Amino acid sequence: MIQAGELSGGYGSGLIVRGVSFSVKKGELFGVLGPNGSGKTTLMNMISGLIALESGTILVKGKPIQDYSPKELARVMAVLPQMTSSHFAYSVKETVSLGRYAHQSGFFKSWTADDEKVVLGALQKTGTLAFAYKPLSALSGGERQRVFLAQALAQEPEILLLDEPTNHLDLSFQKDLLDLLKKMTADGLTVISIFHDLNLASLYCDRLLLMKNGSVHTIGAAADIMKEEHIHDVYNTDVQKQPHPEVPKPQMSLLPAASVENSIEITEDMIEWHSDYISIKSPIQLKVLSSGVIGAGWGWRSAFVNRHVDKNYNMDHFEKEASCYFQEKGFDLHETVGMMTAVMMEDAAYKRIVQDDVSVFAVATAGVGNAVDVSRQRKSWKEKHKPGTINIWVFANGKLSEEAFVQGLMTAAEAKAKALADAGVMDLESGTIATGTSTDSILIASTQRGAYQQFAGSVTPLGIAIGRAVYESVTESLEKTRRRKAP
Amino acid sequence: MPKPFIQTFLLNKKGVYLLSFAFLLASFFLGVSVGTVMIPFRDIASIIAHHLFGTDFSHIDPSVDSIVWKIRFPRVVLAGLIGASLAIAGAAFQGLLRNPLADPYTLGVSSGASAGAVMVLFFNISIPVLGVFTLPVISVLTAILTIFCVLVFAQAIERSMKVETIILTGIIFSSFLGAFISLMIALTGEELRQIISWLLGSVSMRGWPYIQLMAPFFMVGTLLLLYMAPELNAMSFGEDQARHLGVNVQQKKMVVLIAGSVITGAAVAVSGTIGFVGLVIPHFVRILAGPDHRHVLPLSMISGAGFLILADLAARTIISPTELPIGVITSLIGAPVFAAILINKKRKGGVA
Repeated sequence: MIQAGELSGGYGSGLIVRGVSFSVKKGELFGVLGPNGSGKTTLMNMISGLIALESGTILVKGKPIQDYSPKELARVMAVLPQMTSSHFAYSVKETVSLGRYAHQSGFFKSWTADDEKVVLGALQKTGTLAFAYKPLSALSGGERQRVFLAQALAQEPEILLLDEPTNHLDLSFQKDLLDLLKKMTADGLTVISIFHDLNLASLYCDRLLLMKNGSVHTIGAAADIMKEEHIHDVYNTDVQKQPHPEVPKPQMSLLPAASVENSIEITEDMIEWHSDYISIKSPIQLKVLSSGVIGAGWGWRSAFVNRHVDKNYNMDHFEKEASCYFQEKGFDLHETVGMMTAVMMEDAAYKRIVQDDVSVFAVATAGVGNAVDVSRQRKSWKEKHKPGTINIWVFANGKLSEEAFVQGLMTAAEAKAKALADAGVMDLESGTIATGTSTDSILIASTQRGAYQQFAGSVTPLGIAIGRAVYESVTESLEKTRRRKAP
Repeated sequence: MPKPFIQTFLLNKKGVYLLSFAFLLASFFLGVSVGTVMIPFRDIASIIAHHLFGTDFSHIDPSVDSIVWKIRFPRVVLAGLIGASLAIAGAAFQGLLRNPLADPYTLGVSSGASAGAVMVLFFNISIPVLGVFTLPVISVLTAILTIFCVLVFAQAIERSMKVETIILTGIIFSSFLGAFISLMIALTGEELRQIISWLLGSVSMRGWPYIQLMAPFFMVGTLLLLYMAPELNAMSFGEDQARHLGVNVQQKKMVVLIAGSVITGAAVAVSGTIGFVGLVIPHFVRILAGPDHRHVLPLSMISGAGFLILADLAARTIISPTELPIGVITSLIGAPVFAAILINKKRKGGVA
């Protein structure tokens, strides 16, 4: 649809865009990214024919752009600039109707039913029909932006150029606008858009052009552009890449400049003992991966609660009941990981292990009424729940990679299984040594301060500390439970 | 439910047209009727009918006929033409320059026309072929010359000729020519009064020949401007946006500038500088009919004509038999009205 070859140009003296080449296919959503002053808008103005090329060629549908008359070009290409304003109080519909200018011909430029239909359609698509008869000056910035989008759509273009279209829009309209563009590209519209927001661009664009100092840095699919080293190179700032939770597109998070941090260690001094629960309140938020009843998954949490419930606890609405309970006790649900067990709280055990440059503090409550050998064949879901579960907390006082979290979980699970084996806990159904219980829960929390730990395998400092802390705390808790239950 | 809204909107537009036509007609008859000799509307109608269609008007005194047809009629028509010219040129320049405070004189056209006229008076130039028309003809020519100088100069500064550059160039030329006019006034002896009264503007004692002189400029200029209405709508959102919408901005901008300047120059040449018409009338029209140039331009013409006829009527009757300069009247009415509009707008919180 558009082929740009070795484009150079700018305003007055000095080139702003230098030797940019790319091509955009029909129906593509093509994003242009780059820091302020990298020449994105200048490039856009060159493509839209607003400023003359110093050198290079732009072919629009195979024909050089300078061979188009303004009207011809406007029938093929529409532009939504960053800001448009008028000193006169045009109504929304009058403004959108101007989009039909290029389609009107003849001496009287008569307004046809077709024009009316296109204008109404554009108003509808952009959600501006409701204020079609209001003056532009009565609208908010975001509403105005949508009106000018409607104007561009009224041109019935094959190519739509947008300069930071989501700039003035609130969150839901950003999404609506981009969803609309995406849908229209499926119908054959070609969209070239400047983006400020890397993540939005990555989510929606088929391909991206990353600009630096007026030249192309990289062109490619989102996955090729959204690399930490590219972004660091172009924007000169630190970012971290993560996957989008729902869509297979990379996302970037800014990393704020690190402030001076006191090192923090989670130790037994922080445990608060209550009759029906124990808790640890951390002075800072810890990065946590957990399977708690409350606060499961990844998160930043500062409170950790292990709650004793009666063995006849009704499991039907446990999530709702648990939320109420934790809130009642004064825990902020967004900051809390909550677990539940039938084990008495005085049976909880903990262990702190220091290995090389890292220390691990583990807390466990172990009940084994439900012990299971995971290697045996069985039906999913036992008919009747017996009480007894193993809850393990692992606090790592170091800076962990995500890899270390996953390996840490593995190491902790191995340590737990070994503790059960050494204690001779049996799966009552199969009569073999149990590896855990059917309702075990675990969390790994890290202060993210101190020495960097990339791995937590069983022979790394972190792995060794986790393994021993978990093994010893589980063993001790099992022992305590056994002793209390012994006649 | 947008439909009833559309209907009232259309009705309003039609209503505004009716209103302005009624206003023009009323001003016209009043202008012809009122004076030292009062002439009834019925007689005016008969006289017009006679001159246009040759109907019988034997019941009318021939002296009344000559007052109406030879003196008042041309005066009223000329006032109407000038009012229409200034108002449409004002509306067009405001749209093109994206500035509601622009007027037909912004680009230095009036200074050009005035400089030519003052030169004729100062040097007592009389070109034999033109006779009494020496002044208006030279004035139109200097006005057109000025526009071209402004445009060439603006292009020399910046090839794409952004409106900001044009406005600045206009201001430079206005100031320069203004100084030139002041110089001639300062050096003038007994001609001073004549120059000043020309500068303040008047439509008296011009007669049909002046109308004939002005008519061609008026016709060509207004038709061109009316035809440019959709482009003006697009350009009032900015030149870049107009370009995106498919307007050949450079070309259309030239057409509007030249057409507007030519009719302004012609108006100044025959009547002197008459202020505020080109500023107030388009504003009023926009309040009543919205900013769409396809309506603003014709409505401004109609209302501007009516307004200047009434202003001229006031100028010659207020302290009759002495005539006040019409430019004084328009400014006396225009400035307070404009102030009132602005205050009103500010209160409503709207933008002009």
